Amino acid sequence: MSIVSRIMWIYIALLACPAFAQEGPELGVAVTADQIASWAISVQPDGTGLPAGSGNAAAGAEVYVMKCLACHGPEGAGGLNDWLVGGHGTISSDTPVRTIGSYWPYATTVFDYIRRAMPLTQPQSLSNDETYAVTAYLLELNGIIDEGDVMDAETVPNVEMPNAGNFIWVYSEK
Amino acid sequence: MKKSDLLEPIAGNGLLHRRLFLKSSVAAMGAAGLQFITAKVATAAPLEVPAWMQIPGTGMSGYGARSRHEEHIQRSFGSLPGTVGVGSSKTPLEHLEGIITPGALHFERHHNGIPDIAPLEHQLLIHGLVDRPLTFDLESLTRYPLVSHIHFLECSGNSGANNAPKPPQLPASSIHGLVSCSEWTGVPLAVLLDEAGVQSEGSWILAEGSDAAAMSRSIPMAKVRDDAIVAIYQNGEHLRPANGYPMRLFLPGWEGNMSVKWLRRIQVTSGPTMTKDETSKYSDLMPDGRSKLFTFPMEVKSLITSPSGTNAMQGTGLYQVSGIAWSGLGRIRRVEVSADDGRTWAEAALTDPVLPRAFTRFRLPWRWDGGPAVLQSRAIDETGAVQPTRTVLLGERGANYRYHYNAIQSWAVSETGEVSNVYS
Ligand code: HEC
Repeated sequence: MSIVSRIMWIYIALLACPAFAQEGPELGVAVTADQIASWAISVQPDGTGLPAGSGNAAAGAEVYVMKCLACHGPEGAGGLNDWLVGGHGTISSDTPVRTIGSYWPYATTVFDYIRRAMPLTQPQSLSNDETYAVTAYLLELNGIIDEGDVMDAETVPNVEMPNAGNFIWVYSEK
Repeated sequence: MKKSDLLEPIAGNGLLHRRLFLKSSVAAMGAAGLQFITAKVATAAPLEVPAWMQIPGTGMSGYGARSRHEEHIQRSFGSLPGTVGVGSSKTPLEHLEGIITPGALHFERHHNGIPDIAPLEHQLLIHGLVDRPLTFDLESLTRYPLVSHIHFLECSGNSGANNAPKPPQLPASSIHGLVSCSEWTGVPLAVLLDEAGVQSEGSWILAEGSDAAAMSRSIPMAKVRDDAIVAIYQNGEHLRPANGYPMRLFLPGWEGNMSVKWLRRIQVTSGPTMTKDETSKYSDLMPDGRSKLFTFPMEVKSLITSPSGTNAMQGTGLYQVSGIAWSGLGRIRRVEVSADDGRTWAEAALTDPVLPRAFTRFRLPWRWDGGPAVLQSRAIDETGAVQPTRTVLLGERGANYRYHYNAIQSWAVSETGEVSNVYS
C-alpha cells in the first residue's frame, strides 16, 4: 500500500468514527416534523407510520375496478402484471405462485407499497381511505380477512398473513 | 520454469501457461516458439494511403461520442407487459474489456422509469431515530470530504436465465449483463448520519428513492457504518439519470437493488421496514417453501466473456480467453479456467488492479485445435469461497430461488466453431 493510499485509508477510518464527525462542514438544514410529514410514507411492521383513515373491502372493490383492474386482472388475478390474489398452497411446489395472499409476510407492506407506488401510472394519488379500502379488498379476496372487516392504523398490523412463519432472517447483526 | 515449457499445454484441450503472453517470455522464446500463430496470407497489392489521411479530420466537441463504427454496441432491454420503465437493460459484457463499464453502458433496473430530477430542487432528508432531522442538497454534499472507490454493482436477479431447465442460447450479456463496474465517488453516509445524531435504538435505516416507485429498502446500520456512501459521481462525471442522478446510495458488494437510486430519504429505524422489495421480491424461496430474507452480499462469481455464447471462432490456433471475476465479499484471489468441461484446470493471469468488490479481469492463452471443448471459469475470493457448479447451486437451492445465481458458466465450442451455452 502506498503512503498516499495509507493516509487515505486512515482518513476514511477516522471519518467513519463518530468522534470525528464534526470534521464535516455541517451543512445539513434542520427540518421540523410538520415539514417531514408528506415525505414520511414508510410503514413499519408494528404499524408505525400508518396514517388516519379507514376502509373496507366493499369500498376497495370500487377503487380496484377503477384504478387497478386494467393491469392486475379481475379480482386480483389473470392480469398482465403481478397476480395479487391466489397461489395458496403453491409456495413449496415446483411452480410457486407468489401473491399477497400466498407469500407476503406482512399486511403493513401491502398498505405501504400501494400508497407509495400504485397505481403505476399515478403513484401517490390515492387517498388514505382509498388505500386502506383497496388493502382490505385484496386481503379479503385472499381469504385473510372477512368481508366486513375494517382496515385502519389499528387493524392492519394485526392481520395474520398465512405465509408469515416461513421467512428466515439470514442477516445477523454480528 | 523453462521458457519452452510455456508452449506446453498445462491443462486439457490446449490451455497454455498464463505467462505465455508476457512480453519477456515471448521475446526469450524467439520467433520459433510462436510459429503456431497463423499469419494472415499477404496480398500482392501495395499498401494504400488511407483516405482519412488525405483530408483534415473533424473538429472538437463539447461532449464526446464514440466512433460511429461502434454504435451497434448496445444494451439489450425490456420492460414488463404494458409498461416502458419497469424492467432492465443489460451491459454488453462480451464487447467490453478491462474492468470499467462506460456510464452509457451501465446496466439499468428500474421499477417505474427514470425520474427527470431538477438537481437544485432535489433534497436528501435524514430523519427517524435521530436527534436532529436534516436535509442536504447536492451543492452542500459536494463540500463534504469525498471518497472514491471502484466497485461492481450487480442486480441480485442477474444470471437468473440459467435457472431455466434448458440453457438459453443467448449472448453472455443477455444472461449475465445485470452487472457493471464503475468508480463511485461520494460522501460516506455515516458522516451525514453523525451530523443528524443517530439515537441508540437506531440499528437499521430505510433508504428511499425519488422515483415513481419510491423504491425503498432496509439496510443494517453496521453496513452503513462500514462503507455506505451517498454517491454523486460515477467514472468521474455526475451520475447518469439512469444511475440515480443527482445522488444514490452505494453499498459495496451488496445486491444492487439496495443501492437505492435517486436517494431522497433516509429514515433511521430500530428494525427492517419489510418493504415490498425485501419481502415479496428479492427474498430467496427454497424448495421446502421457506424463504430467506436479507441475503445481502453478492457472492464470488466469474464469467468468460471471450469467447462466449453465440460467438463464432475464427479458425484454429491461439486465442486469449478473457473474462471477469468479482466477489461481494472482497478481492478475487484466483481464477481457474478449464477447456475440458471441468476435468482439468489452469490458473488464469489476473490483470492489475485486483481490487476488493470490483471486477477483476482474467486472461489465459488457449490453443484451439478445432475439436469440441467446454470452456469454464471458476473464481475463488479472498475469503476462500469457491464459485459453485450449477448442479451444486441448484441442488442446494432448487430452481425457484430466483436471486443470487453465481454458478460456473459453461460455453461449449463445437467442431465448426460455434460457441453455445451448456449446463455441464
Ligand atoms: C398501469 C398498470 C398498473 C396499474 C393501473 C396498477 N398496477 Fe400494481 N403493478 C403494476 C406493475 C407493472 C407492478 C410491478 C412493479 C415492479 O416490478 O416493481 C405492480 C405491482 C403491484 C403490487 C406488488 C405485487 C407483488 O407481488 O410484488 C401490488 C400490491 C400492486 N401492484 C397493487 C396495485 C393496486 C392496488 C392498484 C390500484 C390502486 C394497482 N396496483 C394498479 C402495474 C399496475
